[in-house]
Amino acid sequence: MTLIATDDFKPTTAAAPAALPARARRGGRVRLGPGPAIPFGMQLGSLLLVASWVIGSGLGLIDPRIFSAPWTVADAFRQLIADGRLQEHFGVSAWRAVSGLVIGVAIGTVLAVIAGLSRLGEALIDGPIQIKRAVPTLALIPLLMLWFGIGEQMKIITIVLAVIVPIYIHTHNALRGIDNRYVELSETLNLPRWTFIRQVVLPGALPGFLLGLRFAVTLCWVSLVVVEQVNATSGLGYMINLARTYGQTEIIIAGIVVYAVLGLVSDAAVRFVERRALTWRRTLSQ
Amino acid sequence: MAPHTVAIDDLVVQTQNLHRSFDGRTILDGLNLRIARGEFVALLGRSGSGKSTFLKALAELDHEVTGSGRLDVPENRSVVFQDARLLPWLRVLENVTLGLTGADDAGRRMLREVGLTGRERSWPVELSGGEQQRVALARSLVREPELLLADEPFGALDALTRIRMHALLKELCARHRPAVLLVTHDVDEAISLADRVLVLEQGTFVEDLSVDLPAPRQPDNPRFGQLRRHLLTKLGVATH
Repeated sequence: MTLIATDDFKPTTAAAPAALPARARRGGRVRLGPGPAIPFGMQLGSLLLVASWVIGSGLGLIDPRIFSAPWTVADAFRQLIADGRLQEHFGVSAWRAVSGLVIGVAIGTVLAVIAGLSRLGEALIDGPIQIKRAVPTLALIPLLMLWFGIGEQMKIITIVLAVIVPIYIHTHNALRGIDNRYVELSETLNLPRWTFIRQVVLPGALPGFLLGLRFAVTLCWVSLVVVEQVNATSGLGYMINLARTYGQTEIIIAGIVVYAVLGLVSDAAVRFVERRALTWRRTLSQ
Repeated sequence: MAPHTVAIDDLVVQTQNLHRSFDGRTILDGLNLRIARGEFVALLGRSGSGKSTFLKALAELDHEVTGSGRLDVPENRSVVFQDARLLPWLRVLENVTLGLTGADDAGRRMLREVGLTGRERSWPVELSGGEQQRVALARSLVREPELLLADEPFGALDALTRIRMHALLKELCARHRPAVLLVTHDVDEAISLADRVLVLEQGTFVEDLSVDLPAPRQPDNPRFGQLRRHLLTKLGVATH
């Protein structure tokens, strides 16, 4: 077989074409995603809300009897903190809410994994969760008082029952949505069940779990309010209820402000965890 | 064309009268196959010929199809898919050693063999298609499998990367010596890589020949062209 020498390939000898006329510069192609984040963008909406409150009260547009002015509320805050009442009530509420949250998240996750990986589990668990979801906490409280009394245990159980629902639904949904190709891959690698759950199922369900957690952290405070308004001798809900009895609108609003701040901070905290835990993704928000 | 004969001892894969059907349609029609230790077998076939079903049967991944027949495959086998299937939430080294304990050093060595030193801590999303497939190869071979099942592993790659991957696969198999079943639609790939080529047509093997070309197998070798024409004819593709 004769080898072909590289010289046998003739280079192109055609004349170079004339240069193309220069085009006028156009703007770049429109980007379809939301683009880079605005600094402090998250806080902008809330700050505008507060600003409108300040301006509205300052201009006399908001009736102080219906909705206290920001400075009156600030005064109430100063008073409550000086008395130590705010710290005391907040501490009690926080303990209840966090306990309920932690227990609820644990139970909700376990139920979601069982229902996600087993048809029998799904058959037994999914229905009752959907039922619980449809029943408002307020309606459930008299029953819970009957079964568990009126102590701390009953309050924490109420919160647990509320928190389980979003954790279960979002985790279960994300789990079921895990690409079947990863399940096939796990079978070809002969992964033992526990490794499969730890390395494939839980990370795959994590985005859904974190979304459920965002709902759960605000829900634990909301259900806390409800249960504290009905029967409590301490806590933020009790503080607000007492203020209602005495017509102290500014304390009611102070309580609402505390809830608002808690809600925003909890949500931001979960989003922060979300960003760190999901660095491996490239999604619309990058 | 030399027909293929296999010694009975040292068999890695054996199927007898393997039937598979789906939705009432017969996909595999009584297949008999033997693959010896270290043998590199390519399985050619048109789309719909049943070659992926056959590979899934060997991988014991075919839960939804009904079938019968005897199937003996080793426990220690690996599969390489057309998509790399790296877990996006694990770094490259963790993907390679998935399911193994204490295999970090072996994983690193394997990544060096596929030319990805220094990428152990990268996320899969940061790698190109060819690089991801190389990680998948590393993952499949780090376990030193007796049988490597590859389902059109280079089908999603561009032609230039494919050429490089052929060379890499040849090198890896020469070093680790698993038995290989490579499912492909690319006749040139089959002739370059395999010791033995099967053609599957409508659920049966219509050809089973030895590739008697010495290395290196160059496409401009007339014998290569002969084999190519013969296989294309068996596949029902007209050549000019």
